[in-house]
Parts: sequence; structure tokens; C-alpha cells
Amino acid sequence: MSLKFTGTENYIATEDLRVAVSAALTLERPLLIKGEPGTGKTVLAEEVSKALNMPLITWHVKSTTKAQQGLYEYDAITRLRDSQLGDERVKDIKNYINKGKLWEAFSHEDRVVLLIDEVDKADIEFPNDLLQELDRMEFFVYETGETIKADKRPLVIITSNNEKELPDAFLRRCFFHYISFPDADTMKEIVNVHFPGIKDRLVKEALNTFYEVRDVPGLKKKPSTSELLDWLKLLLNEDIDPETLREKDNGKLIPPLHGALIKNEQDVHLFERLAFLARRERN
Amino acid sequence: MFVSFFHELKQANIPVSLREYLSLLEALDNDIIDRKVNDFYYLSRAALVKDEKNLDKFDRVFGHVFKGLENLEEGEIAQIPEEWLRSLTEKYMTEEEKKQIEALGGWEKIMEELKKRLEEQKERHEGGSKWIGTGGTSPFGADGYNPEGVRIGQKESRHKKAVKVWDKREFKNLDDSVELGTRNIKVALRRLRKFARDGNPEILDLDDTIKSTANSGYLDIKLIAERRNNVKVLVFFDIGGSMDPHIRLCEELFSAARTEFKNLEYFYFHNCLYEGVWRDNSRRFSEKIDTWDILHKYASDYKVIFVGDAAMSPYEITYAGGSVEHWNEEAGGIWLQRVTDIYENAIWLNPTGERYWEHTPSLQIIKQIFSDRMFPLTIDGLDRAMRELGR
Repeated sequence: MSLKFTGTENYIATEDLRVAVSAALTLERPLLIKGEPGTGKTVLAEEVSKALNMPLITWHVKSTTKAQQGLYEYDAITRLRDSQLGDERVKDIKNYINKGKLWEAFSHEDRVVLLIDEVDKADIEFPNDLLQELDRMEFFVYETGETIKADKRPLVIITSNNEKELPDAFLRRCFFHYISFPDADTMKEIVNVHFPGIKDRLVKEALNTFYEVRDVPGLKKKPSTSELLDWLKLLLNEDIDPETLREKDNGKLIPPLHGALIKNEQDVHLFERLAFLARRERN
Repeated sequence: MFVSFFHELKQANIPVSLREYLSLLEALDNDIIDRKVNDFYYLSRAALVKDEKNLDKFDRVFGHVFKGLENLEEGEIAQIPEEWLRSLTEKYMTEEEKKQIEALGGWEKIMEELKKRLEEQKERHEGGSKWIGTGGTSPFGADGYNPEGVRIGQKESRHKKAVKVWDKREFKNLDDSVELGTRNIKVALRRLRKFARDGNPEILDLDDTIKSTANSGYLDIKLIAERRNNVKVLVFFDIGGSMDPHIRLCEELFSAARTEFKNLEYFYFHNCLYEGVWRDNSRRFSEKIDTWDILHKYASDYKVIFVGDAAMSPYEITYAGGSVEHWNEEAGGIWLQRVTDIYENAIWLNPTGERYWEHTPSLQIIKQIFSDRMFPLTIDGLDRAMRELGR
């Protein structure tokens, strides 16, 4: 089997990412993705599923999510109520077992992409509780005594924002990829993919401004790829031309429509201060 | 096949296990990659490294183990385009400085020397007078004092086509022994949050009660430990003087701590803790707060963090009247001792590197007062510090 992921028309995958995805795909191991917020961790899974024509099943993890919920949940309350109402369904426990995302992925007729999104949001024990299930791709349902086993092992993609450390035993079973912040060339490709036919000059000026903003020392939150894309969308909407972006010498250090790029009050202040200093220097 | 590579990774303190090594071999066996060095680098990285803080170490080991291998491929080596450097100088150097360069043998000679040193040097470097790095007096590197210096800085990374991927070492700043960013600090501080769900089960867990009642058919009450997300923290910052170079680091720590802990109280002091501290540095003399008031006000379950370089004259700690800016009735050491007596969880974070510590006597005294609970202000140090505080 030589499935290979080569990026899609909507997603620019760097060489190292392609290798990591292919490895996870072939060896049927989970792929752990980390990276700065806004570098496209979640989008990756969607694009992989599109590129390889595999259905995508997403499991968003929250701080209250338990590992068991991914397998199945036994709805005892409904059963209790049904028993008091004399419902016929109550006799079969299977009626009260709700399938979780893992069950769904394992029992799917095609090979699927299973995205476990933001695994670090949950309790620290969460990844450990899923070790066996992800390793063997099977689990046991106590209530009915059956074993659910995946015929076609899904490609598991796990994203993490690094809020908690993941247990070693869990890490050992995964392939790992760190999405680093794209350099100017990759960024240009990404922009072209999202805004086909955009004027080259506008992109150039916008990227210059963008990397300048990122390079300003002391920024509390650096703008990321998704923010750049939003900003470009705004620029296109407002029909701002490249010349306006370049108007640095008029003391306009704050880029137009900066609200899309800078999301922190203190950062805006910082920029205003810098603009003020630049103006004073000129006078 | 790659056993020595594996062992070197182990020696570099990258947590690799046999399992990961085997899965790398399995991947190679499955022909996932073409037989190219770059692809092998990517594959082994994905299989063996599981934490971005180890990526830089991995790059170093890889470069070391497979040195010479890249020649088999295209033979590209690290190069900085000369024209580019030249244009840079023309932009930034004054006539006078250019003349000084001429005195040193001219541009050509400097460039030649730079190439030579680039060859010899692979490690990151700070200070000193020969190697390329930051803050030194060598003609090459950043933020230096040499007028004919060649700045090798961030911009370089945008011209990185010719450099080998692992030698680029783009993951440098994720190594946990180097520098801190607010995000990284937050992650480290979150260690404290983990311990917040301790205690006796004493509040009703409604969901679990309903579930187990339904399961067993009788009222089955379940209790759960209270969620204590409110770790209480008291921070004392050393301000001014020798702390000035570390201001940025302290700011980052402070802003990260502010968002992480709901109950955070902070105070400033200078060099050593005495009978008064202050909240606002611009009104430090008019609005002094009595240290006794603080020790009385905040209960002993507060976790205390001191941030300072602990570099001063030993008299400032051991003698009454030793303070550099006022007459103190009691020695600073006594005040520090009082703090550590009251607060069980007290630590000292030091922004200076751990390897310089033994040369500062005052630091040793303070470290002793804190029974060795002094940690460097790096990710790793912060991590250890939070572990200590969480005990």
C-alpha cells in the first residue's frame, strides 16, 4: 500500500509534513500535530480526508470530555424512565448504548480519517485512557459483551495546543509533526491558494507589512496565518491598493484595518507609540 | 542499522525508546520515503521526536551523526550571499566605519575570515571575542561592539534556500534551556494548576449521582473533590540596578502569571527584602508597604515566588544597615528567613544562568536561606520550580 499525501489545491503541505502524514498512513499509527495557534492544525485533517477521499470523523475534545465518551455511553437514565413507562425497548440493553466517535470510526465501512481535536484540553489522564484503544483499534463493550474491532484501521490525527504535557506512553505510539510558522515563500503560496488571482503587488506589500508586524519586539500576540488571511480578505473587500500599504513615510506605522492583525489592546498601544516616535523623529 | 544514531540521541537527553526506533525501521522497510537524506531526516524526526523542545537537540545530533552524508546529494553548504552582506554594510555603515574596515584588511579579508569561522563553528555562541554569536566583540554576529561587525541576524533565515534543513536549526528557540516567551511561561506555570483538584471529596457530583442511582436502583450519592483552581501566589520582584538587563524576561513572567493565577499579589523590592516593599515603582518611597503587614495579611497557604538575580554585596543580606539605599534596622537575611518560615512553599527564581551561580557569594547565602530552592528562569527551571511549589 503506497498511499501518499501530497497536499491539496487548498492546502500547502511542506515536505516534512507530507512525509509525516505518509508514515502515519502506512504504518497505521496516530499522527500528533502541534504548532502555534492558527497554523492550520485542524484544517490539515480535513484536507487529508479530502485528498485521500476518506470520510472525516471529528471528535472535539473539551475540558469535560472523558475517554469513555469516545467509545460509547450507556444511557441509564432513559432506560430507567422507559422501564417505569413500560416501554418494550427496555428489555434490550443495546437500545441504550450510544456510539461514540471511535466506535463510529472503527465500524465505518470505508477507511476514515479520525480527528481528535485539541487533545490537551481534556484531563491529563485522557490520552492514557485511550492508549489500548488506539493501539489495537478495538475495545470491549461491557454492557453487551461484544468487542468492537476496526477492520480498516482509521488514520488518527491528533492535534494539541500544548496546554498540557502528554504522557510518554502515549507519545511513543505516535508520529509527531510540529507545524512551524511558514516562511515568506510558503506564505505566498498559501495566500495564492486562498485568493487566486490576487494582485502580486498587494500580496508582496501585505506580506512585508505582516512580517514587519510579527517582528516588532514586545508584541503580546503575534498575528498568525489565519489572521493574515482574514486581513487580506478585508483588504480586498475595502479595495485598498498596494500604495496605501506602502505609505510608511507618512507616519502611518499602523497598517490599515489593523484590527484583523492585532488583537490585543496593549499591542495597539505599542503600535501607536511607535508611530508617534517615528513621526517625532521625522520632524 | 542506525544504532549509533539512536545512542547519540539518547546521550543528548532526547527521550527515545526502542519502540520508536523500531517503528522508524518499520517505516523504512515500507518504502514510505524515497532514498533521499532530506526525506530520511523528516521521517526520523517524525518518528523519534515527540516534543518540539527536543527538535533543536535532534537537529544537532542528526547533523553530527550524518556529517558528510549530505555531500552524496547535492553538496550544498551554508552560505550567506556576499553581495547581500555588502549591500547591508553600505546601508548601515558610516564613512568612518568603512575606513576602519579598510584598516583591518578590507572587506574581502573579513568575509574570508567569516567563512572560515562559519566552518569551524557549529554551536550557538554568546559573548567572547572570537566566535560568531550575540553580544560579543568579534567582528561577526549580532548586537556586538565591534564597529566593523557583520550582523548575522533574523533576516538571514529568509534566504535559507542553500542551507541544509537540520543545520538551519529553526527550532532553536523551542529548546527548553534557552529562552522564554509568554506562551511558554504560561505552559510552565500551568503545572501549578494541576494540583488544584486535590482535597477531600466533599461536594455533590450531580451527574455521577444520577447515573449510579439509575444503575443501582436506589439513591446512590457520589461526592467529588472541590475544584480548586485558585492557587494563591505572592510574587516579589527585584527591581532596578543589576536587574535591568532582565526586565523583559521579568515582564514576560509577570504577564503570564497574571493571566494564569486568579489570586496573584505582587510587590517590588530592591536587591534584598527589608522592612518595606512597594507596589508602584514610580512611588516607591512615598507608598511603601510594611513587610510585616504582608506577612500577616497573606495566609501561609500562599505560594511565594521571589524573582531576582541575588547579586549584591553579602553585607546587604547579613548585616543591619547593609542596604544600599536606606538604613535597615534588621538584616535582609532575617526578613528572608521570616518569609521562608511562614510560607512552606517559597522559591527563588533567578534570571542569571545556573552555571554562573557559584561565583556570587550573596547568591549562595540566599540559596541557603531558601534551602536550595533556587531555580534559573528558563522553561526547564520554571518547570522544576513549579513542581517544587506544587508539593
